[in-house]
Amino acid sequence: MGMVGQSLERVEDLTLLRGGGRFADDLAEPPGCLHAAFLRAPVAHARIEAVDVSAALALPGVTTVITGADIARETKPFLSGVKVDAPQFPLAVDRVRYVGEPVAIVIARDRYRAEDALELIDVRYEPLAAVIDPEIAAGDDAPLLHNDAGHNVLHERRFRYGDPQTAFAEAAHVVETTVRYPRNSCTPIETFVVLAEHRPGEDTYEVTANFQGPYTLHTVMARALKVAGNRLRLRTPPDSGGSFGVKQAVFPYVVALGIAAKLAGRPVKWVEDRLEHLAAATSATNRVTTIRAALDGQGRITALDYDQLEDCGAYLRAPEPATLYRMHGNMTGAYQIDNLAIHNRVVVTNKTPTGLMRGFGGPQVYFALERLVDLAATRLALDPMELRRRNLIPGEAMPFTTTPGAVLDSGDYAATLAKAVREGGLEELKQRRTAARAEGRLYGIGYAAVVEPSISNMGYITTLLTPQQRQRAGAKNGALATATVSFDPSGAVTVAVSSVPQGQGHRTVLAQVVADELGIDPGDVVTVTDHDTLKDPWSIASGNYSSRFAGAVAGAAKLAAERLAKRMKAIAAPDLNVPIGDVELVDGLARSISNPDNVIALVRVAAKAHWSPLSIPEDAGAGLRETAFWVGRELREPDEQDRVNSSGAYGFIFDYCGLEVDPADGSIRIDRYVTAHDAGRLLNPALADGQIRGGFAHGLGAALLEELAYAPDGSFLSGTFADYCPPTASELPELMILHDQSPSPFTPTGAKGLGEGNCMSTPVCIANAVADAIGKPVLTLPLTRPRVLELLGESEPADPSPPRPAIITSSGNGHALKGNGSHIVPASPEEVWAVILDPDHLAALIPGCHNLERTGENAYRAEATLGAGPVKGRFTASVTLRDLDPPRALQLSGSAAGGLGTATGQGEIRLTPVEGGTRVDYFYAVLISGKVAAVGGRLLDGTARGVINQIFTRLADSSQSQTEPKTETMPSLRSRLPRWLGGAP
Amino acid sequence: MKPAGFDYARPDRLDEALAVLAEHTHTARVLAGGQSLGAMLNMRLVTPKVLIDISALAELGHIQADDGMIEVGAAVTQDQLLRWPGLKEQPLLAQTLPWVGHYQTRQRGTVCGSLAHGDPSSELPLVLAMLKGAVVLASQRGSRTLTAADFQTGTMQTAMRDDEMIVAARFPLAAPGCSSAFREIGPRRGDFAIVAAAAVGDQDGVSLGIGGVADTPAIRRLPWLDGAGLDDALNTIAWELRGSSDGHASAAYRRTQVRNLGRQVIGETQHALFNR
Amino acid sequence: MRYLTADAKHPVRFILNDQPVEGNAEPRLLLTDFLRREIGLTGTHVGCEHGVCGACTVRIDGASTRACLVYAVQAEGRSVETVERLAVNGDLNDLQRAFRRHHALQCGFCTPGILMSLSQLIDEEPTADEARVREVLSGHICRCTGYHGIIAAALDVLAERQAGRHV
Ligand code: FES
Ligand code: FES
Repeated sequence: MGMVGQSLERVEDLTLLRGGGRFADDLAEPPGCLHAAFLRAPVAHARIEAVDVSAALALPGVTTVITGADIARETKPFLSGVKVDAPQFPLAVDRVRYVGEPVAIVIARDRYRAEDALELIDVRYEPLAAVIDPEIAAGDDAPLLHNDAGHNVLHERRFRYGDPQTAFAEAAHVVETTVRYPRNSCTPIETFVVLAEHRPGEDTYEVTANFQGPYTLHTVMARALKVAGNRLRLRTPPDSGGSFGVKQAVFPYVVALGIAAKLAGRPVKWVEDRLEHLAAATSATNRVTTIRAALDGQGRITALDYDQLEDCGAYLRAPEPATLYRMHGNMTGAYQIDNLAIHNRVVVTNKTPTGLMRGFGGPQVYFALERLVDLAATRLALDPMELRRRNLIPGEAMPFTTTPGAVLDSGDYAATLAKAVREGGLEELKQRRTAARAEGRLYGIGYAAVVEPSISNMGYITTLLTPQQRQRAGAKNGALATATVSFDPSGAVTVAVSSVPQGQGHRTVLAQVVADELGIDPGDVVTVTDHDTLKDPWSIASGNYSSRFAGAVAGAAKLAAERLAKRMKAIAAPDLNVPIGDVELVDGLARSISNPDNVIALVRVAAKAHWSPLSIPEDAGAGLRETAFWVGRELREPDEQDRVNSSGAYGFIFDYCGLEVDPADGSIRIDRYVTAHDAGRLLNPALADGQIRGGFAHGLGAALLEELAYAPDGSFLSGTFADYCPPTASELPELMILHDQSPSPFTPTGAKGLGEGNCMSTPVCIANAVADAIGKPVLTLPLTRPRVLELLGESEPADPSPPRPAIITSSGNGHALKGNGSHIVPASPEEVWAVILDPDHLAALIPGCHNLERTGENAYRAEATLGAGPVKGRFTASVTLRDLDPPRALQLSGSAAGGLGTATGQGEIRLTPVEGGTRVDYFYAVLISGKVAAVGGRLLDGTARGVINQIFTRLADSSQSQTEPKTETMPSLRSRLPRWLGGAP
Repeated sequence: MKPAGFDYARPDRLDEALAVLAEHTHTARVLAGGQSLGAMLNMRLVTPKVLIDISALAELGHIQADDGMIEVGAAVTQDQLLRWPGLKEQPLLAQTLPWVGHYQTRQRGTVCGSLAHGDPSSELPLVLAMLKGAVVLASQRGSRTLTAADFQTGTMQTAMRDDEMIVAARFPLAAPGCSSAFREIGPRRGDFAIVAAAAVGDQDGVSLGIGGVADTPAIRRLPWLDGAGLDDALNTIAWELRGSSDGHASAAYRRTQVRNLGRQVIGETQHALFNR
Repeated sequence: MRYLTADAKHPVRFILNDQPVEGNAEPRLLLTDFLRREIGLTGTHVGCEHGVCGACTVRIDGASTRACLVYAVQAEGRSVETVERLAVNGDLNDLQRAFRRHHALQCGFCTPGILMSLSQLIDEEPTADEARVREVLSGHICRCTGYHGIIAAALDVLAERQAGRHV
C-alpha cells in the first residue's frame, strides 16, 4: 500500500498548532540588529525636488537615513523582462510614480523610533499629471511615466496562428466583447520580512527573507547589488505565512535592505506593515481585453482574436510582463480552435507594479474567454454548456498540441464535464432556476471550463521577443527542479528541496513520495524546507510558484529517492546473497522478493555505507545522498512560429454554480458551487482539496469583494483590510469538489498543479451566473452589491424636492471631495471681502490655524492643524487667489501637504448682498491622496463638511459682534481646508 | 505601523481621570476599549500626548436599569451589555449589539467608546439617537447630560469639550407596546455599515433611524403608511439625507438602501405589532 | 493612579499562560510586540495591526482580544493566554487535534488567533451551531483555507464535548 494518494495528516501541523512555527519574523535577530521603516510617496506622480533628512537624523536612536541618491549610487537598476529605458530602483530616485513608492529608509534602534523619524523627513514634491486608466495611458498624448522610454506602451507584439482572417471572413457568427479585469491581490496574512547583513571584508550580503522564488530573481538582485551571485547569500525561513505568488515581490526590498545594512554597518531588519502591503507590495495586473470569436453554424468556434492591454503599474518589475505570457499556449482555453490572433500591449500607469499572483494571467484570460463563450451561446440560442461541449478538445486527442503550442498532456474533458453535471446535480439547479424565475426571482447558472497550466516553462517569457530576437538572445527553456534525499549513518532519511512552501504541506507530501520509494514510514522522514542559496542545490526555476510542486518538485524528490533506493538495493544485495533485481525495499527492510524471509534492515544497510564504504559494491557509489534535477523535457523554447509549450502539465476544471441575486440590495447568494478537477494523480487528496478550497476563496473574493481601488488622480483608496475586503467565513459558501485523475505522462509523479485553477474559473463562473440571473452583460469585477444594483440598472425614484437649499453636498468616491453651499453672514459684502483678504482675520476663522502669511500678491501660506474629532494633522498649505472681483467673487486654488496626506483643489466664492448681510456661496473641488485617502476615504466627506461648518460658525459668531474686526467672512480657506482636513477619517 | 509616543495614565478613580484630562486639555485622549482608537493610534492618525485608560475604572463599570433607563458606564464593553440579563427590556439595543463589530472586538470595545468615536456608520450612536437616549459627560467643572441629538455633531465630531469625557450612556427602556427592528448592509459581516436602519413602532406610528448616510444618525417619525405612501416617505428621506459616494458605495446605492432597509425594518416592526 | 511617561520603559507584570512574567515597555509598546520581542513567545502573529485580521488574537482574562490594539502596559495585573497555552502536558488539545484532522490550516499564520477565539467559544457556548461558529470566525481572515476545515473542526469539538458531557 503506497503512501502516495492517501490523505495523511500533516507533519507541519504538529508545530504550527502549538504556535511553534518559525516564520521570518520569529527568527532570532543578530546582536546589534537595527530596524528599518520606509517613507513612501503620498502622491501618484511627482518630481522629487528636495529631501531633507536632517531632522530625522538628529532624532536619538536613528542611525542612518537612506534616500534615492544613495540607492542610485550603490545599486544598478533592476533588470526586467523587456529592454526599455525605464530604469527602476528599490527607492524612487528623482521621481515617484505610484502612491506608496519608497522614497527613503530610516534605520533606527527599533521600529517605533524609525517611524518617529519618518515624520521628520521633509520631501518637496512637484506634482505631475498622473494616469491610471490603461487605455488613457496607452494614448499618444498621455502623461509619460518614463520620459526616456518615449511612450507608456513598453511592449507590443502581434501573433497569428492558422488563418484567423479567413475564419472571421467565413464565420456564420462573430461575437465580440470588451471586459476589464480589476486589480486585486491575494494578500497573505504574513507580510514581507527581510533581515539583511553586509560583510564589508568580502562584500558579501547575507539576507533572510520570506521570498518565494522564482530564483531567476536571485540574479536580478545580485546584479542590482553589484555582486556575483555567490556574494548574495539568500536564505528563506522554515515557515512562510502564505504567499500565493505575492512574496515574489519582496525582492526589491532584499536589495534595499542589503544596502541599508551596508550603509548602517549593522544588521537591519524590516517587517512590512499591512498598510504598506496593500498600497505598495504588488498586485495582479488589471487588463482590458477585447475578444472576438468566429463561429460556424454548428456552434464550433473557428477562430479567436484577442486584443489585450495589460497594465503592469508604474514599472515593469521582473518577471513582468510574464502575466501576459504565462497563458500563451492556453489562449484557446479548453477548446479546439484552429485559428488565433493575439495583439498584446503592455502599458505603465501610476499604480503599484504588478507581479506573481495565484492564477497568474489565468483569471484575466478566462474572464474574457469564458464570458465570450456565454455571449456566443446567447447569440446562437444554445445552452452555454452545450456550446462548450461542442468545442472541447476530445479526450482521444491527448496529448494535444494547441494552436499556440501548449502540449496538453492528459485528460478527458468531456468526461469530467459529464461527471460534474451528473454528480453535482446540475439538473436540480436548473429546476430551481425555473421555479425561481416563475416567482420572478433572479436566479442564474454560470459555467466555466478552464485548462489550468502548471510548471512554467522558463522560456515562455521569451515569446515576447520576435523569433529573430530570440535567436540572438539564445534559447530559454525547461523548468529545472531539484531535490536531495539522503540516509544518515543512523539510517534516518532527510529530504531537502529548493521549493519554498507557503502552507501547502510540502513536508508531508515529500515524506509520502520518498517513503514509497524507500519502503519506509513517512513519519520517519524529516523534510527541510528552509533554503540557503550558498549551500543548497537550486536553479533559476527554484521556488514555489506556477503550481510546480506536485509535478516538478515532488517529481524530483521521487527521482532522487528512486536512485537512492537503487543504491540501497545494490548495497543490500550481497548481504542478502541475491541479485539486485531480487531486492525490494519495504517496511524499513531490504528484502528478497523471491524469499521474503531473507531481509536486512535498511538501518544496517545505511550504516554500512557510512561505516564501511570499502565494503560495499563499487557500483553502489559512495555517500548515501542523491540530488536529482528534473528539467521537463517537453518544455522547449518557443519555435519560429511563436508556438510555445508554456507549461509542463495542464489540468482541467469544469465549474458551475447556481446563485440568486437580490434585486433589493444587489447581494448574491450562492446556492451551490460545483468544481470538478482533473489534476492528474493526487498525491494527498485532503491537501489537494485544501488547495482547491483556498483557490476558490481567492476566486470568490475576486468575483465579489476584492479590488485595489485607485482614484483617477492615482490616489490609492484601499489601504486597510476594512477597505480591501478578503472574504470571511460569513461570505464563503460551501463548495462541492469532484475529481478525475488522468495521470500526466510528463511528470514523474503523474501529478499536475491544482492550486491556482479556481482563481481562473471561479470569478468568471460567478460572473456568468450573475449575467444569467439578471439578463445583463457582466464586464468587470468585483460584483459588489452596489455594482450589481448598478448593472440591474433600475432607475430610482426622483428627488421629490429638486431644488434643495444649498447646504453642502458632495460627490466623488471618498477621496474626491466636491461641495457647494451657501451661508448668510451678518455683514456687508465689503466687510466680508476685507476679511478674506486680510491674513489675520482669515487665520482666526480657520480651525487650528497656527500661522497664515501672505507670500505674494494674492498668495498665502498657512499652517494649520486640521481634522475631525481626534484625528488631526498638521498641514502646510499654499493658496492663490485669482479673478478677484471685489467684493463679489474670487477663485482660489492651492495645495496642502502634511503627515496625513496631500491635497490639491480649487474653489470659488461669491458674495451677494441680501437682507441681513451677505450670502456667501461657495464651491470647492479637492482631491486627497496619501494616508487618509487610503485608510479613511469613507469619512472624508463628512469631515470636510464638519470643518466648513466650523468655519462658518466662527464667521457667524464673529459677526455677532459687528464691532470686532474679525467679522464674518470666510471663504477662501474653507475651500482648501476641507481637503487637508479632510485629513480626518 | 506603530503608534507615536504617549504618556499612559491609568487612574484608579474618576476624579483622577478628570484631573489628568483637565491638565492636558487638547492633548489627552480617553482610552476605553481602544477598538477604534487603537487602530487610529497605530496608523498615527491620532497622536495624543497622554492616553487615559479608563477601562479598569470600577466607577464606570456599571450597567443598571432605573428611572426607565439603562445606564451603561463608560468602561462597560459591548459584550458585557450583550450578556446582561436586563437587556431584553430594550429590544432594539439587543437586536443591534450583535451587529457591532465582531465577537472579538465587542469583548473589548465599549458602548460609550463607540458613541464617543462618532463614526456616522456606527450602530450604537444610531440606537442612542433612535431611543432619544443621552450621554453623561463629566469634567472637573462638573457633569452634564446631552441628548444623543445634541451630542453627535458631525462625522467623528461631538459636542464633548476637550476636558470632558463620557462617563455613561443612558438608553431609555422600551415603552410598553412598542416593537423594533434593526438591519444593516456592509461589505462583509462585521464591517462598518454602508447603510444601517432601525425602527421603533407603536400604535400611532413608527420612528425610522438611518445610519451610514448623513453625518449623524437621522431619525424620522412617520405615521403607519403602506404601499405608495411608504415608498414616497422613504424616498423623501433617502434624498434628504444626501449621502455621499465613497469607495464602497455610491450615493445612489445609499439612497436605494435607505428605501430598502427602511421598508424592511418598518415592515418587521409593523408585523410584530399588528399581525401577532 | 499609574502614570507612565512616554519616553521611558516601565516594568510590566502579568500572568502569561499561568506563569508570572515581567518585562519593560514604553507605554506605546503593543502587546503583540511585547509578547513576541520582550517575552519571546512568537506564536501570536501580526497580520494587520489595525484590528481586522484577527491573527494576533489572545485571551485576556478569558476574553478573545486583538493584541495589536492593546498596549503592553494595559496587561498589567491581568491574565493573558496565547496559543502556547493550549497544548495539555505537551499534547495537542482536542481543538488542535481537530484542526489537524480536518486540514483546518495551511500556512498556519492565522491559526493561533483563530484557535484562541474558538477556544473561548467552545468553553463558553457548548451548544454553538454552525452559524454561530461562522459568526465568531468572521472576526478572522484566513487566506489559505477557505475556512471549511476550521468550521468542521470547531463543530467536531463541540459535538465531542457535548457527547462527553452526556455520557
Ligand atoms: S494583527 Fe491584530 S487584528 Fe490583525
Ligand atoms: S492558514 Fe494561512 S492564513 Fe490561514
